[in-house]
Amino acid sequence: MRDFALLYAELDETTSTTRKLNALQQYFRTAAPADAAWAVYFLAGGKPRQAVPTKLLRQFAIEYSGLDDWLFDECYHAVGDLAETIAHILPPPNQPSEIGLADWIELGIAPLRGADPGTVRSALLLYWDQLDTRERFLLTKLIGGGFRVGVSRLLVTRALSAIAGLDSKLIAQRLMGWTDGSVKPTAAGFQQLIAEHTEEEHAQRGGQPYPFFLAHQLDREPEALGDLSRWQVEWKYDGMRAQLVSREGQNWLWSRGEDLITERFPELAVLRLPDGVVIDGEILVWHGGDAPAPFADLQKRMGRKQVSARLLGELPAVMVAYDLLEYEGRDLRTLPQAQRRAMLEQLAATLQVQQGAPQLRLAPVIRADSWEQLAEIRAESRQRGVEGMMLKAADAQYGVGRTKNVGTWWKWKIDPYSIDAVLIYAQAGHGRRASLYTDYTFAVWDETGEGEGGRKLVPFAKAYSGLTDAEIAKVDHAIRRTTIEKFGPVRSVTPSMVFEIGFEGIASSPRHKSGIAVRFPRILRQRQDKTVDQADTLDALKSLLVTP
Amino acid sequence: MTSDMVVVRKEGLYCVPGQFYIDPWRPVERAVITHAHGDHARGGHRHYLAATPGVGVLKSRLGDIHIDGLAYGETVVHNGVTISLHPAGHVLGSAQVRMAYRGEVWVASGDYKVEADSTCTPFEPVRCDTFITESTFGLPIYRWQPQQEVYDDINDWWRANAAQGRASVMQCYSFGKAQRILSGLEADIGPIVCHGAVQTLNTVYRDSGVWLPPTVMVGDVDKEDLKRALVIAPPSAAGSPWVKRFGDFSDAFASGWMQLRGARRRRGVDRGFVLSDHADWPGLMQAITATGAERVIVTHGSIAVLVRWLQQQGLQASGFDTEYGDDEADDAAAGAATDAATDAATDTDAATTEAASAEAVCTDAAPVGARHA
Repeated sequence: MRDFALLYAELDETTSTTRKLNALQQYFRTAAPADAAWAVYFLAGGKPRQAVPTKLLRQFAIEYSGLDDWLFDECYHAVGDLAETIAHILPPPNQPSEIGLADWIELGIAPLRGADPGTVRSALLLYWDQLDTRERFLLTKLIGGGFRVGVSRLLVTRALSAIAGLDSKLIAQRLMGWTDGSVKPTAAGFQQLIAEHTEEEHAQRGGQPYPFFLAHQLDREPEALGDLSRWQVEWKYDGMRAQLVSREGQNWLWSRGEDLITERFPELAVLRLPDGVVIDGEILVWHGGDAPAPFADLQKRMGRKQVSARLLGELPAVMVAYDLLEYEGRDLRTLPQAQRRAMLEQLAATLQVQQGAPQLRLAPVIRADSWEQLAEIRAESRQRGVEGMMLKAADAQYGVGRTKNVGTWWKWKIDPYSIDAVLIYAQAGHGRRASLYTDYTFAVWDETGEGEGGRKLVPFAKAYSGLTDAEIAKVDHAIRRTTIEKFGPVRSVTPSMVFEIGFEGIASSPRHKSGIAVRFPRILRQRQDKTVDQADTLDALKSLLVTP
Repeated sequence: MTSDMVVVRKEGLYCVPGQFYIDPWRPVERAVITHAHGDHARGGHRHYLAATPGVGVLKSRLGDIHIDGLAYGETVVHNGVTISLHPAGHVLGSAQVRMAYRGEVWVASGDYKVEADSTCTPFEPVRCDTFITESTFGLPIYRWQPQQEVYDDINDWWRANAAQGRASVMQCYSFGKAQRILSGLEADIGPIVCHGAVQTLNTVYRDSGVWLPPTVMVGDVDKEDLKRALVIAPPSAAGSPWVKRFGDFSDAFASGWMQLRGARRRRGVDRGFVLSDHADWPGLMQAITATGAERVIVTHGSIAVLVRWLQQQGLQASGFDTEYGDDEADDAAAGAATDAATDAATDTDAATTEAASAEAVCTDAAPVGARHA
């Protein structure tokens, strides 16, 4: 545990990619394979379920530390993280241990799942007494199911590729399935991960998807991309990215987070595709017509593991296919985009004929003579229910993750909706923003009550990103000065600050006080030129709802 | 009990019978200064009184002031109040102010640290009836490691960087923290380069008889040797041309606030070393207990928490609202001034004296908002 805790501390502390990479390589070279296997799982994004309820963790930590509840809560509010709070308040350990990560996970933590509180209590008190502050923090995070680390999967892949002397694309491929819980991290598994390449490997993949190729935000004028004919242009859908894998007469549907979601979309699970086909695309709810349903509708489907026939009827899901990664069992990813597109069109054509599959749609390619003309078409995005356009280099291979080395995908998104709103509640952040008021609730003026109690501020969105550290510091200061009341970690403030809030989508929602729900709200800037009275109204917000 | 010996006025803490202020934040006639950090020692008072070892620092920071030094433990009577100053272990010359009047004793702690270090006279508990204590780190999450362990970590970090041909830039406040770190360095690892603001104070420390390892200004070191150097600079130098000359360096920040991951990550440095010149939670408890005081008044920091805790322990406790420890505004202002000064000093290091005096606040750099109301 000590080595992993040291690695974690190094990754957590430095912002330099090179140093993170060095630390990872150093760890993977020296760690026991079984420990390294679990480290790969956690670092690459594996999310273990919570083994012990937060309530018990808190209760036993309070007991062990001898603090009062209120004092523990004060500490927690200052730290902003339960595991870290616990790590700091416990007395120093008496029996330091040399137990490795794998044993901690398999023999220490696993048995706590579902155990009775008495067993959990004695185990926790014993464990905490064996670990120093850093190790306790990690162990408690792992037990509490909230482990996160500031390292990308790509970086883990690079580190493994360096120590194995293998291409990082191969490592990325082998890593598929590692973090979704379907593969148990073992010493043998780790050794396979870094073992030499074999010929049979490709055939043994089962339902594994390919690492997703991710797009970059367009950071320049599109004209700078040069000749438009060298770009394949598609709509950017606001749905759920997925790969549909068809092998051995069976379909697997994978989300970008590598979750297997086949069961959630039975209409896609039953699609009959030729064996050895992998399609990359976007899942959307589509009622018919030219535009997909808003993301809010898809959300109602995403959460459900069991889907009723009624829901299937009300919110039918489709997959909009935009890339073909495998055909007849052959990996197509190194072929140019244009060639993959041609094969995809051919496949779509055969499928339409064979079974008229409405749940599989081909993403249209948008054609224009010039960038200006393309920009005009892009202006229709909102009416079409899309977020803008995708610009894919016609000669691009299908890369791994957010890379640009074999070609690039650009997201050319439309500007977000925006509204000027008033900050009315604030809550302290977590992690890097602990002890700072960084999470805000914003309101607009509801004028319906005018004449009686006057117009009122009605909350419509929470947002916690978009400000720089310096701006946060100023807002934090203002919040402390204008606090009216504290409810636990939340403060209500005298309305005094107006912010321009951007968001990607808007839908009516009976569950919200304002009657609307917005998607991806974030702070665009503080409007110091506006007084609270000049903030926007609920009517202005609702007017954005009207989309043809 | 009759009326309180010390109260808060708009100018600062005021000793009523003695008619003088302690660390006032507005100009007054008579000020007793606990230590020379900017939030405690401000300019503009007519008469200053401070512990003798702190006089040099005060003069170097506040310029030509009318100041009397009082040796630790010696007494002086003012309007019937017997005043004596006792080591607070915070920085060079830091003192607790003991006031005795008609058989009653009050002590104002200023800032203090209970673990002894070699750069200043160790903290000395003083028996009293009422103890006015700081509470910068007044939460049980703050427990310091023994300082030697932190020094070892710093030396290990420096050694590892030096081995890779990379300078180690330590950001810390130039008065107190910088010298304490210097005192723990293993000087054989490489050259120790100090920013002008730090070097100025090093001189004051050395003049007071504090041993510090040899330090040099950046212009005195070969470019090649800079790659093995440990560089001590104020936080305001971060991102400045002065610091950029070290190329691919590793940076670190030393402060008690570095105990928390969030604060460390906000700093955005490679390493955060937990080293504070303030008492941690056990230190506060130890100090308060040792005074034997039945009444405790809590100032700057976690006032509400400490007051409630002490009340639970059966003490009479309350809070004083002061303007100490408000590093945020001062730090920003001082930072801007220092940046300008360091820019000017980039080539010649000529403007270092201005840089030193511009950097006003030298307590642990509070991450913005880390303090609880």
